[in-house]
Amino acid sequence: MATDPAPTLIELRDVYRIYGHGEAEVRALDGVSFKITTGEFVAIMGPSGSGKSTAMNVLGCLDRPTRGHYLFNGVEVGGLDRDQRALLRRHYLGFIFQGYNLLPRTTALQNVELPLIYKGIGRAEREARALAALDRVGLAKRSHHEPSELSGGQQQRVAIARALASDPKVILADEPTGNLDTRRSEEIMELLQELNRREGLTIVMVTHEDDMAEFADRLIWMVDGQVEFDRPTRKGAA
Amino acid sequence: MLWETFKLALQAIRRNTMRSFLTVLGVVIGVAAVIAMVTIGAGSSAQVTADVETLGANRLMLSPGQNRMGPGSGSSSARPFDLSDIDKIVEQLGSIGVAVPTATDQLVAVFGNENYQTSVTGTDSGYLTLSEWELSSGRGFTDAEERGRSVCILGQTVVDELFGSVSPVGEDIRLGTLSCEVIGVLEPKGASTFGTDQDDVIIIPFRTYARRIAGTMDVPMISLMMRDGVSTDRAVNDLTALMREIRRIGASDEDDFTINTMEQLSAMLSGISSVLTGLLSAVAGVSLLVGGIGIMNIMLVSVTERTREIGIRMAVGAQSGQVLLQFLVEAIVLSSIGGLLGIILGMALGFVGANALNVPFIPDPSIILIAFAFSAAVGVVFGYFPARSAARLDPIEALRH
Ligand SMILES: Nc1ncnc2c1ncn2[C@@H]1O[C@H](COP(=O)(O)OP(=O)(O)O)[C@@H](O)[C@H]1O
Ligand SMILES: [Mg+2]
Repeated sequence: MATDPAPTLIELRDVYRIYGHGEAEVRALDGVSFKITTGEFVAIMGPSGSGKSTAMNVLGCLDRPTRGHYLFNGVEVGGLDRDQRALLRRHYLGFIFQGYNLLPRTTALQNVELPLIYKGIGRAEREARALAALDRVGLAKRSHHEPSELSGGQQQRVAIARALASDPKVILADEPTGNLDTRRSEEIMELLQELNRREGLTIVMVTHEDDMAEFADRLIWMVDGQVEFDRPTRKGAA
Repeated sequence: MLWETFKLALQAIRRNTMRSFLTVLGVVIGVAAVIAMVTIGAGSSAQVTADVETLGANRLMLSPGQNRMGPGSGSSSARPFDLSDIDKIVEQLGSIGVAVPTATDQLVAVFGNENYQTSVTGTDSGYLTLSEWELSSGRGFTDAEERGRSVCILGQTVVDELFGSVSPVGEDIRLGTLSCEVIGVLEPKGASTFGTDQDDVIIIPFRTYARRIAGTMDVPMISLMMRDGVSTDRAVNDLTALMREIRRIGASDEDDFTINTMEQLSAMLSGISSVLTGLLSAVAGVSLLVGGIGIMNIMLVSVTERTREIGIRMAVGAQSGQVLLQFLVEAIVLSSIGGLLGIILGMALGFVGANALNVPFIPDPSIILIAFAFSAAVGVVFGYFPARSAARLDPIEALRH
């Protein structure tokens, strides 16, 4: 057997996430298993309510599996308490949300600095790193604008800069282009693709647009809390 | 990190300046009330002490009967004193420098067409010494006059009422059936601690008073002055022993006279002012409590409004404790700002109040520190519950908000 050249970063092993009890029981994740290696760009797709967001919350250590194992970088997340999971997020994870989730009435720069504050990085370095992250998404010139002064696409790029600023191992993006028109969506996807290609950043992204999924290398298709198929995209296969 | 948290709190407060101000109004009013009350209270106490000192801190008053406060008040079945008692006191007690008889009545004084009711005191020239009272014109009683001549010394108020701008010295006034010559005018003293006009007085020799007004040589009260350097305790003890002997009080019997000291008077007056200060401080405390509840309320609103912000912070790695600290610090900063504003307002009110009441303005640094610490504590106590509810939010729910 050929050995895997890249190390496994994320591994879900028969993961269940069950809401409610008895009659009202909902299996948002119903025995999900997959591995993601460092440097991959994975798209998760599936009908609404199929458990994509639940899977992202588990991957993002915002939530814990009801049953099964989630190994992040070899660490069993199920065994970590709330504060330990916060530390995991702080040091290894970057989030991009559909609704951007920037702090209102706060400049782009300050928004990007936020994760660095919790990392305990001093003011001067923090500003420099936040500015560098904004530069990477092409918004260095807008660093002193507040979200209300930025377009949707720009706000999402600020959010990407915020996710990048803390040097995470993985970027988790739940429908990052859900609120954007096709052109802005493609710009965002190109940006993510570039980060993945150039810097080897691992990206896991939920989308319901085939066009967007095509920017990834691999597609995981979910239905009813289960993985229906998991295969390379056309681009990934090429 | 704490510094960041502090700056963050300031930012959050500035973002909603008007609401923040209204929120802390309760604390501002509470702290201002405490500071103003205590400052004015301290000023009043100082004023009382100063007033008592001008009365003569080394003064004693001896009156018949028991437990009476102040000059000539109440009636007593106890025996009055005798002029010979005063001679014995002065001869035998080294601790007493001056002892004079003192009797007072309300009489109408008449000069020409003017008449005016005032307080007439029968006493001797030593009275002016022990009350540290100077004359603004004329002279005091001579020894010969003290044996019963018809002379009088007027307070400034009486002069103003009867004489207007005419110089009274050398004129005759009438007190009931007594016609007496004005030989001096007292330096104005103004209002006493009790608010009475000290210049509304006529002083005549005791013997004149006894024969022509009272109709008896009984001495209703004796005013005394201790010698310099003598402790009040010693003077009181000496005087008690002598009076018991003179009045032949058996060893097992109680005193049938009372000695009032200025220390007692001063203690009583500051007692009144500290009770008042205490009451007003309780009111201020209630207002601080209300202020604290206001802060808790607005912090709870703030946590709800900022649920998504809390979710974002948690997503980027904030731990529960850090979220708790953020909201707690915000509440503390908010209430401390209220405290600072309250201190400034309280000092201003204290200054205005002290001026209006004519007492000295005495800011007390320790009460300012206490008020500040207290307002910060209000933030801790009333900020804790909202902060905890913020820290307990589920990040997923919070982000979905
Ligand atoms: N907090 C929750 N409580 C109960 N049911 C939930 C909760 N969150 C999600 N679900 C349910 O889990 C299923 C999967 O939801 P979700 O992961 O959000 O789907 P997707 O993101 O694929 O649309 C849905 O049926 C949803 O109703
Ligand atoms: Mg979803």
